[in-house]
Amino acid sequence: MISLAHYIVLGAVLFCIAVAGLFINRKNVIVLLMSIELMLLAVNMNFVAFSRFLGDVSGQVFVFFILTVAAAEAAIGLAILVLLFRTRSTINIADIDSMKG
Amino acid sequence: MNPQLFQLICFYAFGFVTVAAALSVITLRNSVHAVLALVLTFFSAACLWILLEAEFLALALIVVYVGAVMVLFLFVVMMLDIDQAKMREGFVKFLPVGLIVAAVMLVEMLGLIGVRAMQAQVMGADPAIAAGMSNTEWLGHALYTTFLLPFEIAALILTVGIVAAVALTLRERRAARWEPASQQVKVNPRDRVRIVKMAAVRPDEPTAPQEPQP
Repeated sequence: MISLAHYIVLGAVLFCIAVAGLFINRKNVIVLLMSIELMLLAVNMNFVAFSRFLGDVSGQVFVFFILTVAAAEAAIGLAILVLLFRTRSTINIADIDSMKG
Repeated sequence: MNPQLFQLICFYAFGFVTVAAALSVITLRNSVHAVLALVLTFFSAACLWILLEAEFLALALIVVYVGAVMVLFLFVVMMLDIDQAKMREGFVKFLPVGLIVAAVMLVEMLGLIGVRAMQAQVMGADPAIAAGMSNTEWLGHALYTTFLLPFEIAALILTVGIVAAVALTLRERRAARWEPASQQVKVNPRDRVRIVKMAAVRPDEPTAPQEPQP
């Protein structure tokens, strides 16, 4: 019998995988963006599970909004990535240090 | 077979595929393969949502994410010429750190959320069916009544996203020849063409003499 714990644990595992991905792929901006998408998926999984088990529609509405914002974020992020590659011919984070941050 | 047992088996199968695909997203060497693994992750996550009877969101995940966002990722990955070997620098160096942080975070999260207490919450009747609606109708009722303003703001955010993406990547070609449309519209035909009146004349003789036929 599926309980709420199953989905929460799955969401936590997905989120931790995404965090590990941020750490070990810190050169490649594309994989970083994909890790962020994985994090959003983990959060969405929790929202949908709680919405279903508590019988509240707000969780699913929030997932809808997160999907919207994530799509806009991916589009703008990839546009910035293309612009970066066009001007600097690299997407390696180690090379993007002109602001000396 | 007991339907609840079948649901549990389905959950474990889809959950295993989701986690395995997510692991391959962050470990695969080739970026294109990583994007395809992410597609698999989203697809099996959508299957899990269908198991939760959130059909609209599951299909929206497939249509919006797999159909649009992931294709955009694929376009960009294939368009950029990335040095794969250079991108892998530091993978081994940061692997232990990443694993430790992820493991500690997982243990903390599982300890905080109280897995045992949540195991008591088993899946009851579908709240949408209990309200006498389908899942899509249930979600739509909430979206168009309680959440109408956030819904419209979400549409605005998407519009801003389009404008920003186009404005960022628009490239002006300086060498290209182009006509300013505003000046073209303002042109008066009398400035360009002059019509001359002249009397008609009859030619007295043929302009070119006819060649004799052989």
